[in-house]
Amino acid sequence: MYDVLVIGAGHAGCEAAAAAARRGARVGLLTFRAEDVGQMSCNPSIGGVGKGHLVRELDVFDGLMARAADQAAIHRRMLNRSKGPAVWGPRVQADRKLYRSAIQQLLRENGVELITAEAQQLTVRNGRVTAVESNAGTFPARAVVIATGTFLDARMFVGEQVIAGGRRGENTSLALAQQIREIGLGQGRLKTGTPPRLDGRTIDWSRLEEQPSDVDSWAMSAFDDQVPRPQLRCAIARTNRRTHEIIEANFRRSPLFAGAIEGRGPRYCPSIEDKVKRFSDRDAHQIFLEPEGFDDALVYPNGISTSLPCDVQETFVRTIGGLERVEIVRHGYAVEYEFVDPRRLNQSLEVRDLLGLFLAGQINGTTGYEEAAAQGLAAGLNAAATAMDLEQVRFDRRTSYIGVMIDDLTLQGVREPYRMMTARAEYRLSLRADNAVTRLGQAALAASCVSERRRRHIEDHFERRGRAEFTDTEEGRADALYRPYVERQQREWDVVKRDSRIWFPGELDYAAVPGLSNEMVERLAVARPETLDQASRVPGVTPAALSALYVAANRRAAA
Amino acid sequence: MNERDTIFALSSGRPPAAVSIIRVSGPRAHEAGRLIAGSLPEPRTAAVRALRHPRTSELLDEALVLRFDSPASSTGEDIVEFQCHGGRAVTDALLGALASLEGLRLAEPGEFTRRAFENGRIDLTEAEGLADLVEAETESQRKAALALAEGGLKKQVTLWQERMLALSAQAEQAIDYDDNDQEIDAALQRECATLAAELRSWLDQPRVERLKDGVRVVVAGPPNAGKSSLINAIVGEERAIVTHIPGTTRDFIEVPLALGGVPLLLTDTAGLRESADEVEAIGVARAGKLIEAADVLVWLGEPGDAPDHSRVIKAHTKADLPSRGSAPKGSLALSSVSGEGIPELLGRVELEARGLLPTEGAIALNRRQAHHVGEAVQFLLHAAVDAPDVVLIAEDLRAARSAFDRLTGRAGIEDVLDALFSRFCLGK
Repeated sequence: MYDVLVIGAGHAGCEAAAAAARRGARVGLLTFRAEDVGQMSCNPSIGGVGKGHLVRELDVFDGLMARAADQAAIHRRMLNRSKGPAVWGPRVQADRKLYRSAIQQLLRENGVELITAEAQQLTVRNGRVTAVESNAGTFPARAVVIATGTFLDARMFVGEQVIAGGRRGENTSLALAQQIREIGLGQGRLKTGTPPRLDGRTIDWSRLEEQPSDVDSWAMSAFDDQVPRPQLRCAIARTNRRTHEIIEANFRRSPLFAGAIEGRGPRYCPSIEDKVKRFSDRDAHQIFLEPEGFDDALVYPNGISTSLPCDVQETFVRTIGGLERVEIVRHGYAVEYEFVDPRRLNQSLEVRDLLGLFLAGQINGTTGYEEAAAQGLAAGLNAAATAMDLEQVRFDRRTSYIGVMIDDLTLQGVREPYRMMTARAEYRLSLRADNAVTRLGQAALAASCVSERRRRHIEDHFERRGRAEFTDTEEGRADALYRPYVERQQREWDVVKRDSRIWFPGELDYAAVPGLSNEMVERLAVARPETLDQASRVPGVTPAALSALYVAANRRAAA
Repeated sequence: MNERDTIFALSSGRPPAAVSIIRVSGPRAHEAGRLIAGSLPEPRTAAVRALRHPRTSELLDEALVLRFDSPASSTGEDIVEFQCHGGRAVTDALLGALASLEGLRLAEPGEFTRRAFENGRIDLTEAEGLADLVEAETESQRKAALALAEGGLKKQVTLWQERMLALSAQAEQAIDYDDNDQEIDAALQRECATLAAELRSWLDQPRVERLKDGVRVVVAGPPNAGKSSLINAIVGEERAIVTHIPGTTRDFIEVPLALGGVPLLLTDTAGLRESADEVEAIGVARAGKLIEAADVLVWLGEPGDAPDHSRVIKAHTKADLPSRGSAPKGSLALSSVSGEGIPELLGRVELEARGLLPTEGAIALNRRQAHHVGEAVQFLLHAAVDAPDVVLIAEDLRAARSAFDRLTGRAGIEDVLDALFSRFCLGK
């Protein structure tokens, strides 16, 4: 009997499994192939603006991502350095193989049991998940985390070609997808894409603008293990008129425009054919050429994800300066996959109508490794809570990006793949990559999910904050810079706080609240806000509806 | 949830009056109407009915009866409206008959509007306009309130919100999607400044409260300059309608007037006598304060002694006395005895006062709304001038949008509703 079973060993699944294990749960991690555990299936980088914040937050809870990224880093850049420290985004290029093996090592250290099997069915008894049935037998469990990413009924598109599967050469979880649909959780389809992979030995690096690694040393994790690694260089290439003409001439051969793909892709991470179509006035688009590893000639051209046919990919790539003789090792493709409406989850990421079932990662409509990992942490901590009767761990949007994301997902749902951006955080000036320990240290200690080394680090940090020298640290300087703004926000928050103290009873029947239109009743019934403050963040809810809710809640409180 | 009470109230002024309007709203309104009027007309039409007490069948009145069906009514509920004769006895009898019916009760202050608001018939700024509308006593007040109640402010606020959102989007794009880590776009700051200037020009407009409270016209001058006589002459003047009787407990007198539809508050400083006496010295200080607070000052002393004031009308009183001689240049000759110059004075007061009031039909902000618009101006100016980098510009823009959320009631709901619904009087 497992306390927690995690299905899927990507970024969400690995963090979920390790987090539950750190709380003392016996954890099984199911994966198709053991060697793929911790695989970076898209770009070979971790962090960035908003995403780097998530990684630092994960690290406070002893999550895996920051430490694995440091161990595999071959290039580091602090993005947005010319702007305020609140939006600095630590980002590293990671060697794929090193990253994988670092994650696998950390999972072993956390005591997670790896099970190579395909999950086929959940056993449900009395509204509770009790076991996972797989091709290797049935595993009883007190709580289950599904972190299957794009594997639910995924289809890949390369030009006119359609292949079933979520990643090159891998299976798709059809049976599980069917059951999730039967439970009533399936919402719709989303799309994501990946660029062609290039052979670095066929790139003329001398003709490209170099993007060097940062000279000052910083680390993703507070535990800077100081792994000495030579840093590789990245380079910047640019598309041109000729590139765009070729792409334009082949629009009709793109599954995106031919109508084969129904899922919505992220507006902020469009494919190159999308960019050419929507920004036809632009003469050039940047491409970041990112090496995938030390002993690997593969280069990831960040910025030209595409699902155009292979011959078109080869032609347009070779119009780019420096890439005239480049060889494509693997062609780019689009993936369309099924996702679940995250508004069906409560803020611990447990399915509201099916106890013991947690969902984390891309299945909830997000995109990105960091977003997945952060949900994995929350789901893992709370799955352990359910299995072992521990305190739940809630993340608040005022103190963490993890909280912002979970609040957004569970209240607002998604219409396109959800990516973290600092713009999503109204308390952005307080939610910085430099002060994650201050923000979340106490919560991490309270969750008893950290190692002795981490506990000491957190306690030391709070002790250091009390000293005068602290004002000279990066965090101390940022605190001082933003203090007047943060105080202003505090006053603003005090107004909202009263709204957040107005709780709606769980069984509140919106249809019976006088003054709510049918449209409002529908929106609220899907999002099921717990407080008036949350209700004010449900999209489309009007001030009049909020007042009606306020009046209804007060009337019940008085009754 | 239990069925809501059906509420009723006299929604016109106190009797006696020519006509009294009594409204009934709620799930039992139609039933109550039938019990009293025998039958109801078609929805949204009026008919004459004999009203009878439902228990004694005693004839109460012949009245016009109107029917509205939920949700197409002002409260969103079923409504019956009786327009009966405005005598006190008739009105009381009809209210008594309604009270005798089960499930009906007298409305609490503001309850009709509150129901309209709760039922989504009106939004917050419209509700505020309605509150002003019910309180309106003069034509200008009514028109200003009507503009608000019809959603004029809501439309303008929506436009501003859209612009702020667009500016925010620009700033956010520079933060989250700037691969090249570029400098602040100067155009963004210029646009913040433009919007701040526009909001400020709205703030410079007169507040709606001045319409309600009246323009403060202070009559001042040395002892025996004829202040009280002038006030008495004005109050007696046909053009100036005294809207209600002032309290007499204060040591200065305030008389609310309506002049050509313009609400005024005429203040006599005559009670504040100037003297060496300590108690009266306090009076002098008060007179000074009143003059400072005056929107329009009518000065009855020597033109050269007139206090510094931006809207002062100088008058030469007691012009009927031969000893006073003719009025100096720039002063208006006045006689409270013969009435000479009084119409001219009233004309000038009205003209000055009009300039201080929102233009008729224009959308004026009330103090609560102006407070939040003022906050937004501060934040936008900070973004335009002081913010050192794009993150702080974005923060200022966020704060400005949040001020607008408080203006429309998207945030801090409790405060907004408290402020609003404490203002309504019974039955409106």
